[in-house]
Amino acid sequence: MLTESRLLDLLLHHSIVYAAFQSRCCTLHCKTQYSTIYNPDEKVIKTCQKMGIKSVAVHSDVDASAVHVKMADEAVCVGPAPTSKSYLNMDAIMDAIRSTGAQAVHPGYGFLSENKEFAKRLAAEGVTFIGPDTHAIMAMGDKIESKLIAKAAKVNTIPGFDGVVETADDAVKIAQQIGYPVMIKASAGGGGKGMRIAWNDEETREGFRFSSQEAASSFGDDRLLIEKYIDNPRHIEIQVLADKHGNALWLNERECSIQRRNQKVVEEAPSTFLDSVTRRAMGEQAVQLAKAVQYSSAGTVEFLVDSKKNFYFLEMNTRLQVEHPITECITGLDLVEQMIRVAKGYKLLHKQEDIPINGWAIESRVYAEDPYKSFGLPSIGRLSQYQEPLNLSNVRVDSGIQEGSDISIYYDPMISKLVTYGATRAEALSKMEDALDNYVIRGVTHNIPLLREIITHPRFISGDISTNFLPEVYPDGFKGHQLEVGNRRELLASAAALYITAQLRSQKVLECTHWELCAELGEGLYSMEVTKSGNVYIVEVDGGKVEVSGQWNLASTLLPLTINGTDRMLQCLSRDASGQIVLQYLGTSFKVRVLSKLAAELNSYMPEKVAEDTSSILRSPMPGSVVAVSVKPGDTVAEGQEICVIEAMKMQNSLTAAKQAKVKKVHCKPGETVGEGDLLVELE
Amino acid sequence: PAHPALARPPLAIGSNLCVSFPPERIDMKRKAALVGGGQKRIDAQHKRGKLTARERVELLLDPESFVESDMFVEHRCSDFGMEQDRNKFPGDSVVTGRGRINGRLVYVFSQDFTVFGGSLSGAHAQKICKIMDQAMTVGAPVIGLNDSGGARIQEGVESLAGYADIFLRNVLASGVVPQISLIMGPCAGGAVYSPALTDFTFMVKDTSYLFITGPDVVKSVTNEDVTQEELGGAKTHTTVSGVAHHAFENDVDALLNMREFFNFLPLSNQDPSPIRACHDPSDRLVTSLDTIVPFETTKAYDMLDIIHAIVDERDFFEIMPSYAKNIVVGFARMNGRTVGIVGNQPKVASGCLDINSSVKGARFVRFCDAFNIPIITFVDVPGFLPGTAQEYGGIIRHGAKLLYAFAEATVPKITIITRKAYGGAYDVMSSKHLRGDVNYAWPSAEVAVMGAKGAVQIIFRGKENQAEAEAEYVEKFANPFPAAVRGFVDDIIEPATTRKKICRDLEVLASKKQVNPWKKHANIPL
Repeated sequence: MLTESRLLDLLLHHSIVYAAFQSRCCTLHCKTQYSTIYNPDEKVIKTCQKMGIKSVAVHSDVDASAVHVKMADEAVCVGPAPTSKSYLNMDAIMDAIRSTGAQAVHPGYGFLSENKEFAKRLAAEGVTFIGPDTHAIMAMGDKIESKLIAKAAKVNTIPGFDGVVETADDAVKIAQQIGYPVMIKASAGGGGKGMRIAWNDEETREGFRFSSQEAASSFGDDRLLIEKYIDNPRHIEIQVLADKHGNALWLNERECSIQRRNQKVVEEAPSTFLDSVTRRAMGEQAVQLAKAVQYSSAGTVEFLVDSKKNFYFLEMNTRLQVEHPITECITGLDLVEQMIRVAKGYKLLHKQEDIPINGWAIESRVYAEDPYKSFGLPSIGRLSQYQEPLNLSNVRVDSGIQEGSDISIYYDPMISKLVTYGATRAEALSKMEDALDNYVIRGVTHNIPLLREIITHPRFISGDISTNFLPEVYPDGFKGHQLEVGNRRELLASAAALYITAQLRSQKVLECTHWELCAELGEGLYSMEVTKSGNVYIVEVDGGKVEVSGQWNLASTLLPLTINGTDRMLQCLSRDASGQIVLQYLGTSFKVRVLSKLAAELNSYMPEKVAEDTSSILRSPMPGSVVAVSVKPGDTVAEGQEICVIEAMKMQNSLTAAKQAKVKKVHCKPGETVGEGDLLVELE
Repeated sequence: PAHPALARPPLAIGSNLCVSFPPERIDMKRKAALVGGGQKRIDAQHKRGKLTARERVELLLDPESFVESDMFVEHRCSDFGMEQDRNKFPGDSVVTGRGRINGRLVYVFSQDFTVFGGSLSGAHAQKICKIMDQAMTVGAPVIGLNDSGGARIQEGVESLAGYADIFLRNVLASGVVPQISLIMGPCAGGAVYSPALTDFTFMVKDTSYLFITGPDVVKSVTNEDVTQEELGGAKTHTTVSGVAHHAFENDVDALLNMREFFNFLPLSNQDPSPIRACHDPSDRLVTSLDTIVPFETTKAYDMLDIIHAIVDERDFFEIMPSYAKNIVVGFARMNGRTVGIVGNQPKVASGCLDINSSVKGARFVRFCDAFNIPIITFVDVPGFLPGTAQEYGGIIRHGAKLLYAFAEATVPKITIITRKAYGGAYDVMSSKHLRGDVNYAWPSAEVAVMGAKGAVQIIFRGKENQAEAEAEYVEKFANPFPAAVRGFVDDIIEPATTRKKICRDLEVLASKKQVNPWKKHANIPL
């Protein structure tokens, strides 16, 4: 459950890169032969450049001007936008390898990176696959087999009784063997039915009884299983690196517990939770597993860790992972470089004792998605403005996009991996705050509000996290930063100062230094008195006084301000003639409407516009394509009944009726592409 | 002795006449003028979600800048009991005067719906004419805030004469000072022609209507059932008829937007296009433009993306954003100076020119030319829209309007061909041949008579290998060179440098002087 989905979900960019080893490449001593590398982002190309290797990028036709395509020495188009016709099209990719004479392929994170068939075909043509051998991919690709191999290699697996439990006494015996807490669940179960957690013998008996009853009534099958219950599990993984000569290293852990819908959002290395004993134990088991499958190249062994620091093998990823940069940060190793060396048959350069933990690294996955909808539904658009926070030190951004790039419905919506590094965790976190505040993304909805809330949340800061962090902290869904009085004053004062700056610029004659203004923010209405002296605005608002100063550049996307002596980076997202100012403040964007006192008074006469009745119309919540339409005009639908299914970025979303009604009109057909807010179906 | 009748009147009487009028009475009249039709009607006005005539003026103008004229004017009608005191309101049904918007002079009239439903009396018209005459004398724009039930029926022909007096002044002022109409309530019958004659007509959603005849008359004449909103609401006029140039949410929103809009305009045809302090570097490279034009020539992109990225601070005041969307027009600034932007919109109907887009473009270009506003044209046009609907509708004479407008314009004209510039539409879109000052092509530009497919079908009719021929044609013509080698474009530029180049060119062209041959007036194909 907690694993990343395999092929498509984690691909970073819509691109796949090959790089070609060149004859003169001294590191690899290849003579007049090419070799190809295959990867989804510019990282691999950068490393190749560093190593003197020529690279070939493959791309779909919509990615023809993507960053990796420009960076690579050669580029080959492998087909149209849908991944099945391009990045997953092995024939086209094999042709590309042949036509460029590439010698090796780096498979990147997604697409074909763990596809054994692809690895086989490469082997058949004598092309090096920069990754583990086929048999390791196969062994680890199968859940049951990998668990058996792990068990045999003395790696902790989730303890459980594989047979059917007969009686309550049996259940207690088994539970005692496994160790509490345990989970009793229906053999035929699913969806939480027939599941009980027991912390002692008594609860086990009770649970056995209830569960078997529930199982019998729900599934007509009262057989039960018992396995170890992992309370508040953390997802912690160990990076391993192995060569073809039987040597393997563990490169410490990555804490990846912050997830939504089983996809990682924020990762860090090291974990606040592990002590050196546990770390070593996990590392050694990971290495044992790697050796057991004669693993070579970089790989990741994923564990679940419970609150008592017991850890259990989950699965092994036989590729480079999206979050690998944080390991690079704390160990100083370039994993891509190591992979290429290993693929070429070199022995590992390092010994286990050479692998340090230097400082702390945090990675935030910046997605083009709306965090206000189930912690992130995909959004699309053109990056009208895009500026990475590279002006800051100790910040690394791995992305494959640039200003002007299109985020399309065809691929994963990840914009970048934002990594910050510090000597301590606090330093890395504070750097991450700055980096998120300085990150300019316009044209698509993004998840920076959520990321910034996570990394500043007291529970996260104290390290009290688990894979349930998001649903636990935001049980009613994410609502953006909640302003306290002080912050609200700062926000209102900043908006007022910006408003006056813009007003003053338009004025030819009038010179004024005192203003009475009104601001609307959410449901609230605030009156403000503003005085200006030089570049400083003194704003009295909401029972407090705020001093705001700054450079007041009205063209700049970033708005560096000093508010009551504290430096704050705000962003002005938009500003219009009717006084509406949208500011990004503490990661979240807030709409403030600033009006003169007179305008505010007169505005009270303005009627509320009646919003359209949304229960009788169904609009697409996101851009995507229509997979199925389950109704036709004249049908009567019940409340909650599925009306149609929209697929966006590999996710299928079922749209349901908000009320019981007759279908009036259907505006979409299966296969059609729809935009966000497009009318799909009208009800009566 | 003189005849007693000729005797001078006693001095005493004369001195009595010199005694000043009691100040209380002046005050009283002023106070009466300030409340228009009275508190009850003001409340009713507010209840409709509308502001009063005075509130509107106050919000539109800078604080305390309004100088009112003709506050004491009353109507002169004596029929139907109109002569009674209770039917006289100082100032009658319109508030007029002058004031400033961001310190710049403007003349304003604001019809007062609380007095006889804002109906137009002879006196009302006279007040409007007075400030229009003054505006012409000093060279300042006129903004009309319309909220009137129509003619003052009691006055009959005097009211009609009043309309005509205003129409005449609208026409005479046209091209001399900018005229803006903001429709903030009903505006029906003959009254609609004043807004129609002004340069820009803006409306307020849900509370403003413009029509020649209302729904009742429509029903009785044509038996059509139609609501006020459908017949002449803001949505109708901004999307279907093209009568209005923009619609705003409510009175406050509209008036605040008017202030912003006013900033773009010169005060008169003697004024250069205004300059505002610019925080956006004029040499800013816009790298996102390098990838905006898709490789497939059939694929659309949003011309607004290009415009927003190039102009100062992404600040673009679009005119008629919901009408004839295949052409985009509006005001922006380059390095602080107001410019008019015209662009084909590939996202809508491939950006072709048709009747509506030609007329929309032509009117905008002529406004810019009349008021010294440089015109920047972005071209991606596959041609004129074919079909009977267009031909029967007169695309020939309507398309000619845009051609005429660009050709006649003597303001600085800069043109950027981003992709297609096909056929006659290429000529029309501010081409070099129509006295374009600077004409650029992006590397993705293709200036040709038509697209490759169509051309090949004609040139190689009946030939076997059409695909090969097409490839040859693309190689030869689907690029900027054929135009560049003939000097029809001055340069092929990297898209990223477009802003920088335009700003630099505008500097140079600021002193452009070009005069058309003397004529009484030109004869645009109306």
